[in-house]
Amino acid sequence: MAEWLRPRHMNEALQLLAELPAEQYQIISGGTDVMVAQQLSAPRDIAVWLDLSAIPELKTVEVTTEGIRIGAGVTLSVLRRHPEVQKHWPMLAASAAVTGAAPIQNRATLGGNLCNASPAADNAPVLLAYAARIEIAGPNGTRLLPYEQFHLGYRQTDLATHELLQAIHIPYLPAGSRVYYRKVGTRAAQAIAKVGIAAWIHFAENQGIIAARFGLSSVAATPCVLPNVSEYLSGKRISNIHESMIREKVSSDIKPVDDIRSTAGYRLEVASRLVWEAIHCAQ
Amino acid sequence: MIYPQRVDGLPKITGKALYVDDIPLNGVIHASTIRSSCAGGVVEELTFDPTFDWTPFVVVTAQDIPGLNAIKMLENDQPVLVDRVFRHAGEPLALLAHSDPCMLETALRHVHVRETPLAHPIFDIDEALGAESTIIPGNVYTDYLLNKGDVEQAQKNAECLIVERLLTPSQEQLYIEPQGMIAVLQEDGVLRIEGSMQCPYYVLDALEQCTGLDKNRLQVVQSTTGGAFGGKEDYPSMIACHAALLALKAGGLPVKLIYERGEDLRVTPKRHPSRSLVRLGANSEGELQFIDMDFAIDGGAYRTLSPVVLSRGVIHAPGPYRCANIRVRGRAVATNHPPFGAFRGFGAPQSIFALEVAMDRLAAKLNMDPAELRQKNLLHRGDVSPTGDLVGEDCFAQEILDEALRVSHYYERQDAFRVWNAAPHDTLRGIGLATFAHGAGFTGNGELYLASQVFLQAHADGQVEILCSNTEMGQGAATTLVQIAADALKLPLEQVHLAQTDTARVPNSGPTVASRTCMVVGDLIEKAAQRLLQKLRDEGGLAQTFTPAEFNAVCLRMQESGKDLLVSASYQPPVDMLWDEKSFTGRAYASYAWAAYIAEVEVDKLTLETRVLNFTAAQEIGHAVHPQIVQGQIEGGVVQGIGYALYENVLWNPFGVMANDRLTNYIIPTTADIGPLQIVLMEKGLGAGPKGAKGVGELPMDGPAPAIVNAIQQALKIDVAQIPAMPELLLDLSRAQRGSQCQ
Repeated sequence: MAEWLRPRHMNEALQLLAELPAEQYQIISGGTDVMVAQQLSAPRDIAVWLDLSAIPELKTVEVTTEGIRIGAGVTLSVLRRHPEVQKHWPMLAASAAVTGAAPIQNRATLGGNLCNASPAADNAPVLLAYAARIEIAGPNGTRLLPYEQFHLGYRQTDLATHELLQAIHIPYLPAGSRVYYRKVGTRAAQAIAKVGIAAWIHFAENQGIIAARFGLSSVAATPCVLPNVSEYLSGKRISNIHESMIREKVSSDIKPVDDIRSTAGYRLEVASRLVWEAIHCAQ
Repeated sequence: MIYPQRVDGLPKITGKALYVDDIPLNGVIHASTIRSSCAGGVVEELTFDPTFDWTPFVVVTAQDIPGLNAIKMLENDQPVLVDRVFRHAGEPLALLAHSDPCMLETALRHVHVRETPLAHPIFDIDEALGAESTIIPGNVYTDYLLNKGDVEQAQKNAECLIVERLLTPSQEQLYIEPQGMIAVLQEDGVLRIEGSMQCPYYVLDALEQCTGLDKNRLQVVQSTTGGAFGGKEDYPSMIACHAALLALKAGGLPVKLIYERGEDLRVTPKRHPSRSLVRLGANSEGELQFIDMDFAIDGGAYRTLSPVVLSRGVIHAPGPYRCANIRVRGRAVATNHPPFGAFRGFGAPQSIFALEVAMDRLAAKLNMDPAELRQKNLLHRGDVSPTGDLVGEDCFAQEILDEALRVSHYYERQDAFRVWNAAPHDTLRGIGLATFAHGAGFTGNGELYLASQVFLQAHADGQVEILCSNTEMGQGAATTLVQIAADALKLPLEQVHLAQTDTARVPNSGPTVASRTCMVVGDLIEKAAQRLLQKLRDEGGLAQTFTPAEFNAVCLRMQESGKDLLVSASYQPPVDMLWDEKSFTGRAYASYAWAAYIAEVEVDKLTLETRVLNFTAAQEIGHAVHPQIVQGQIEGGVVQGIGYALYENVLWNPFGVMANDRLTNYIIPTTADIGPLQIVLMEKGLGAGPKGAKGVGELPMDGPAPAIVNAIQQALKIDVAQIPAMPELLLDLSRAQRGSQCQ
């Protein structure tokens, strides 16, 4: 018989976690990924379930002078409807709104979407483009990590055995920022992304690009950024940006594969087209 | 207009209806199937780990089959359980049952199968036709030829000629309720089977053959069935035989064999993939001179229903067109895929897709509007049909196309889309159409051989029961049949009931397939109702016009005086229903429904995703017994057709089994993918069913794929030769076209 632990506070959760034998526990919050994996994967003996859904600290959204701090247990339904999120970080409201369907969004949490570490995670590209940082709690206190450094490999994260993702921090964008988000799924709703893209482009008053950052899903083993594209765009005026160069830089930044949902060729081509589109149509 | 409520509606929406997995059972044991892994080969050894305690398990292998080890279908080629040689991955080898599903799981790990795989499994139609290694001689189950006039001669005179090769994929029915059966050997010695199915008498026949039991010791009951679409036509016989074999060894305990979704997707039959080589010839006026089609469907590893699927595909291949010279060669080919089977449309969507896309290519080559090309060639009263019979009064191909063009504003939309496409929008738009007819009921002499029978049983309280073997599976048949009977009996709906489909009680009125229930069985019910009234008049003195109370009083009086209140009606073919199966000539169906479907699409220039903007489905269906149910049937079929056209892509693993066996990766459209559907019903009242009704169940599956592909071709100015028209395919095609334009 498995044990189900439902701590009421973050400290309690960390304490429990510190005592759990590795490999035999499963952390669960909304359960929208974990429960599906339970049904589909080879049976794994889970001795203990650590349920984070009753921890109030994980449910808070705080707007500060620097930006927003979103508890890891905040649901996607809350995010898609949050007025501050809609106003200052519209890409996050948009990505939350296209993650699964409404019943999924009611249960699924932002932290869960990141910790599940799917390369197709719908909210990951947005957090990469917004240069989010994540707050990780462990036995020795908390640490802040640029989200970009969180995903280490396919379904591998920087989270250590006895650590929990506590919150996500997103800064305000500087004046002159424009953003672009698009999910290309297998259908219009309730789809897993073939390509997901979020872009932040910082324009100078003279319309030159000061900096640009992209987040993509489903085009590599992890959600990823496009360092070569960003470097190429930095300091360029739109008129000096060439489609062929974008294509070349995108190709060097991503590693798409053929899988059950799409082809490597389609993903590469569409990623290139959407980067080009983002540069020209970001709002 | 308020239509009668569905008789099955309330229990379904309140959750009271019991689907097979919901039926409460005492002492139930759960069953599981051990299957082959390779795509054909030989089972060298099937070992039950001797160190494992098998005593609490019920185990069944081929050696335990008391009767014939073959599923009763057209031919006895498919084993109930593999003895040694097998033809595809996922074939059942043995069965296990235990009261604890977890123990069952554990036990499965203690069964070891050693297989010698087939050296060269075949998964492709043309490869099968040319292969040296064969599954059956020549790898062809059935070879049909529809031949009218002289195609060779006509070809010499044709001024415009096109040749196309078109492909359609498999498609999963995706009924909401996965398949399952419960079997129990009762104390009275009757083996009772209950489960999700379309055709209880198919199951009964299969059980009789496999168990060797007499039919009076077998009882098949249909439980509430959560969708079927053809997928529960033949395969329930397999599951029922398996459950029955376990039940025979289970000492009276009920055996429950329910497929999990993934297993259901991997092993149960789906739509036949097809490959069509089409040649069309026309004169410069656009009049068809010949239609020549080589139509091949992948039957999979056993014959199952493929010959009849093929025959419907061949007959529908020439479309609703007047053409003096037609040659359709149809072949059902053997491969090492699990057998393909019945799915709404039954071969017709495949050949209609090929013809209708080819018609648009011909129109393009003639520089003629696709609608105009069809206007010139549609069948009219007095024409000779592709199978050589005279087209009578019941022909509305022209009328329905005119109606579809009118309500869809076809020509205005064409102009608007031209303007749209010239402007710098993010999308390209196109409008496409398909004209077709769908024959209702069994093909040719099928209904004659079925010899369907229905009973009506009136009771002393005036309640009337319909006894037939046709099944409600979500499509609305229960309500429709009750309505037909109530209407004919001039009684309120509440007074008529459809008896549970139980072979111990109901006669064999044939399977619930082929768009036949309302038209063929409905007609029998109407006839039986008239007989019942006649009987009550003759023997009970019922007046010519009567109130329900008077009807009830007569029933009571007759009952009290010991008179029976049971009537029956049996199928009699229409006098002009002559069909020659060998030459494919004569009248293939009692009635055709006529249709013209028009799709408006837009394709995203960046991602090549296609969205259906509007869809018009116009059809002449004789008479709509319950217009709301008809509308629902057509909307559902159109959506399934949109899935077939754009999303549903069965992928195969290296063993020829469906690889995308989850709903996360087998993609069907959601409401977000479906634009407005405009359903137009034309009712001319000349069909073979009640008040001239015709079958509509399958019809809406035929038109969407060609209409949508034709619309995409208009939008992108490319040729699309296969479905689903996924963005990946369209991207490759549009890049190739751009490449060729640069040269």
